[in-house]
Amino acid sequence: MPRTYADLLREARSQIREVTPQDVDALTDGATVVDVREDSEWDQGHLPNALHISKSYVEQQIENAVPDRAAPVVLYCAGGVRSLFAAQTLEQLGYTNVASMSGGFQAWKSSGLPWEKPVALSQEQKQRYSRHLLIPEVGAEGQARLLQSKALFIGAGGLGSPAALYLAAAGVGTIGIVDFDVVDLSNLQRQILHTNERVGERKTESARKTITALNPDVNVVTFEEMLVPDNVDRIIHGYDVIIDGTDTFETRYLLNDAAVAKGIPVIHASVFRFEGQLTTFIPYEGPCYRCLYPTPPPPELAPGCSVAGVLGVVPGIMGMLQANEALKVLLGIGETLAGRLLLFDALDSSFTELKLRRDPTCPVCSTEAVAARAEGRPLAVPTFGFAGFAADARDAGTDAADETFVLGGGA
Amino acid sequence: MSVVWIPQVLRAQAGGNKQVELTGGTVAEVVDALSERYPSLRGQLLTDGGELNRFVNVYVNGQDVRYLAGLATQVADRDEVRILPAMAGG
Repeated sequence: MPRTYADLLREARSQIREVTPQDVDALTDGATVVDVREDSEWDQGHLPNALHISKSYVEQQIENAVPDRAAPVVLYCAGGVRSLFAAQTLEQLGYTNVASMSGGFQAWKSSGLPWEKPVALSQEQKQRYSRHLLIPEVGAEGQARLLQSKALFIGAGGLGSPAALYLAAAGVGTIGIVDFDVVDLSNLQRQILHTNERVGERKTESARKTITALNPDVNVVTFEEMLVPDNVDRIIHGYDVIIDGTDTFETRYLLNDAAVAKGIPVIHASVFRFEGQLTTFIPYEGPCYRCLYPTPPPPELAPGCSVAGVLGVVPGIMGMLQANEALKVLLGIGETLAGRLLLFDALDSSFTELKLRRDPTCPVCSTEAVAARAEGRPLAVPTFGFAGFAADARDAGTDAADETFVLGGGA
Repeated sequence: MSVVWIPQVLRAQAGGNKQVELTGGTVAEVVDALSERYPSLRGQLLTDGGELNRFVNVYVNGQDVRYLAGLATQVADRDEVRILPAMAGG
């Protein structure tokens, strides 16, 4: 004799333990709360910390989400019916501690219990980021986090170009770019944000065009100015991560000091001909730039790319590694390079790792320095002669043929 | 013999060599041996007072000697010594 929906519901009610929203709110046994509604319902709001597995995918996905069949699981839907049937399915699969929340999400909300609304990805975003959404470590939640993240690029040059392109492609929602330069023909050998037609154009505007063409989700904020002591706090304020792609020491120290004070991670890279250095400075967790290099080489003796030259792919590779570090920082996954310096040698295709330590006497990130800042009288730090330093290092003449560089200290 | 890695920026002053094999029981002795072979490097690595310049980092087997024993850090046979100056290029 055929059974009716009412029969099936009565049977499910008799088999499945039901709990009230208040019971679920008071749960302390680490139960996994699973929302079995459809995507569109989930997008309208859900219980905090709930997992989402649509009822139609319960059989396929629950084993990955809850591998332990003895673990407590609470299912809910909109009104408490679909979750009863889904709970039956779990019992058929051998789950022994399954409950259904009576009244569902409607009862939860009308009880005044807290709920949250996920950042809903549009259909286009779901398609654009589908390869991210498939990775459990990123998923919709991680993608939403990236879309709400803000990354600041100091320099839209050799390092900043690949890093900005990949972070834009990854859907980092806000990309700030600090650069006061214009595109030069000699940049195009490696600075792939820019194009031949844009020679003479501001780098910030050129970068905006390229990034927006790649991913219109990204809000590009441009700072057509040189990073100096007067503007650094204003410019870096509110950013989640900073990608250091400058080509002068004094900007690197200036950025370091301001970022440490604000607690913003800086992804650092520098290049010279066939070699690159990379690390991630996470304030107070690992060393800062001053711990690594307390003093720069004397200005006239530290050749930048414009003097020494660089194989174009070297900043390309280092910039992409910076993007990788930035994504890990933003997503909170994996192990960053904090406390490790990665060296790359393009001629050998070799990577070498060196151990970095926090300098207990660092004038910027030591306990003493933090306390002094808190008291409003920060420790004095060497500024390495900001005025003129930039010009020296940026445009250090045209004597690129001179093979001998002097680090200083000599006669 | 330990292997000393010369950074690209100093290679022209080290006969174009990327690696140099040298004998020395401490970092100071290795730097001395290096400077004896390539005299112009001494002023790059050491101050007039004979200390390591603060803008040059030296690592023995991946560890910064500033957090070991500085120039007195022991160097054993086959240890890897790396000289690493800061680079600005971006």
